[in-house]
This record gives sequence, C-alpha cells and structure tokens, in this order.
Amino acid sequence: MIISVASGKGGTGKTTVATSLALSINSARLADCDVEAPNSHLFLRPVFEPDETITMVVPQVNEEKCTLCGECAAICRFNAIVTIADTVMTFPELCHGCGGCQAACPAGAIEEGRRTIGTIQHGRCNGLDFVHGRIRIGEAMAPPLIRQIRSRINPDETAVIDAPPGTSCPVIAAIKDTDFVVLVTEPTPFGLNDLKLAVETVKILEIPSGLIINRSDIGDNKVAEYAAAEKIPLLMEIPYNRQIAEAYSRGEPVVEAFPEWRERFEKLYADICNLVAGGKS
Amino acid sequence: MKIAVSSKGKTLDAELDARFGRAACFIVLDPNHQAYDVVENTQNLNAAQGAGIQAAKTVAGKGVGAVLTGSCGPKAYAVLERAGISVITGVSGSVRQALEQYKNGELRPAGGPNVNGHWM
Repeated sequence: MIISVASGKGGTGKTTVATSLALSINSARLADCDVEAPNSHLFLRPVFEPDETITMVVPQVNEEKCTLCGECAAICRFNAIVTIADTVMTFPELCHGCGGCQAACPAGAIEEGRRTIGTIQHGRCNGLDFVHGRIRIGEAMAPPLIRQIRSRINPDETAVIDAPPGTSCPVIAAIKDTDFVVLVTEPTPFGLNDLKLAVETVKILEIPSGLIINRSDIGDNKVAEYAAAEKIPLLMEIPYNRQIAEAYSRGEPVVEAFPEWRERFEKLYADICNLVAGGKS
Repeated sequence: MKIAVSSKGKTLDAELDARFGRAACFIVLDPNHQAYDVVENTQNLNAAQGAGIQAAKTVAGKGVGAVLTGSCGPKAYAVLERAGISVITGVSGSVRQALEQYKNGELRPAGGPNVNGHWM
C-alpha cells in the first residue's frame, strides 16, 4: 500500500505528518518526492548510501540518416526539436522525454541521448527504508525524477510519499496511482483555498483521501465545514502547540518527541487501512 | 531582401511588439516595396514553452534575411542564427518607424540574445 501526503498549500505540515506516519508503521519506506526541496531527511537522519545519478532520455539526431522531413518537430508539443535550414536543432532542456520524435522518425535518425536531471539517495533509519531525490540545480522538470523515486518502491511494501506542495505536474507524479492521499491543511483562508484545489485534483485522479488539519486551533471553522460538505473524513487535528514547534525546529519527529502522538499516528495508519479496505470491498 | 518585424497589429502603423516569440504577428516585407504580408503568431502566443523557437521557424519559413524586434531570447536567437537570419533587437515605435530606421541604416544586428530565456 502506498499512502501519499499532499497539501495544496505549502508549509502546512506534510513532512511533519509523513515522517511521523512512516515511523508509526512497521517496516515501511518513506519516499520524499519533493525533489526541489527535500526535507524529510532532516527529521529522520538516515544513513545514506552513495548518490545515484538519474538521467532521462533526450533525442540525439544522427544527421547522416536525417532526411529533414520534419516529422519529429511536428509531433513535439514542447518545441524541443526543430528542423531549420539544413539541420535539426534540439533543445534538451525543453524535452519531456516522451520518445515521440523517435517513434515518428521514418529514417531511424533519432538516437537516445541522456540528460542528467538529478540524484536519488537511499538510506536507512530506525528500521525505516528511506529514499529521496534532489533535482539538478537549473533543471526544470521534476516529474521524471519523481517517477524514478517511485520506481524504487517495492509493490508489496508499505510506503509513505511526502509529496511536493501545490497541484501541478510534480504533485500529480507523486500521488498518481497511490492507494490513499492524506491532505494536510491549516484552517485559514489560504489553507482552504489550496485545499479545494488539492481535493479537485485528487477527485480527477480517483484516489480516496482524508484530511488532517494542522494548527487546528487557529483560524476559523471553514476548512472543517468544507471537508464535511465534501464528505472527506477528518483523520486528525494537530494543535498549534509551542512544544511541537520546538521539536520541529530541532528536527525531531512528533512521534519521537511525544510518545502520546505515536499512538495517535498508529491509529491514523489503522484508520487509513480501514478506509482503503472499505473502499475496495 | 525580405525582413520580418514583430508587430502588435496588422498594419504598418501598428506598434512594434517588443516580444519576439510571443509577438501578436509579424509584418513581412521587402523594404523597397509597399506590399507586405501579415504572418500570424497566435499559436505561439499560447504555447506553454518554446514560443521563440517556433516563431523563429515561422519567420525563417517566410525566407526573411533579417528580423526587427524588441527582445530576443537565447533559443530563438540560436534558431534564427542557424537559419542565417540577422537579428536586430532593441527596436521600438511603430512598424513604419522601424522600417525607416532600417532603410536609413540606423539599425545594427545584435551580437546575441538580449534577454534571458524564460525556462532556464
């Protein structure tokens, strides 16, 4: 089972929830898919293995075979390949690696080049398997790297994915085809606005979801009202508590700093299992 | 030699569009003749990325030898250069004024792109 933790709004507590949830499951894996700013490792402090360099396929044109027919450019919606004068120009940084140009080329002139998009690191901590990725600085395309991280998750293990914030392509890559999405938000107008976007996203992806309200005693009641109207189960409320904030600032997972929270996160995991099982029956 | 001017409108009195890749359209003409063609760029106006590349391909397809525009990024510049088109950036005013400046020899080709790309 794969549980993803997403939010819409950034800074609502995805990592707080993802790390403590993963630590409350027996032999789980945490996959931090926020490749532009991974931070789960700051709380779990895994012992890392050496970096693995991750590349993606980009077109490399064999000019001797190329007939300049332009089929490659015609199929590329990202303008990453263009025939001009008597040559073909490629813009690897615009390429999404779909392989369309290669498939469309009638002359077999498009060969596989490689562009480095980032690194993946594996590690172990407290009985937890850990994996995260770091996008290469200057690289714009996170989804291929996120898909690579996800390919490291074994199908038969329990994994928690710490997703990037927002609702754009990297988030889709991180949560698509997971068994459950935990949406973390805060009870503010900003939290509600972005939660709505996240809920719409999750609906399109047809993933069952539940809500955690962090800093639950600030703001107003509109997030809870919205969740009730949308029939999204409220899984947990985490108060705006100075001690939790202090533990966070020291890089201590909630369940390790406060034993009473371990029980709550174990119950959270059990509740998620029940919701997933209930949805399948 | 034909030239292309990035334009906000379809007449010589229209304002030159400072953006090359996402210009509203291009006015293509031979400076020694009155007639001109309007080349639409609508598709690129809405492109998610690579508008400059496609705009460069569009004007290259019209057989122009020079482009008059406001700003040109590195990818568009690379395509125009490969197509042997000279790029004149920093031009402003109406299309007609730009043409006059060009005919009077007041404009010089840019040595390279004059703005950064939007992607990286």
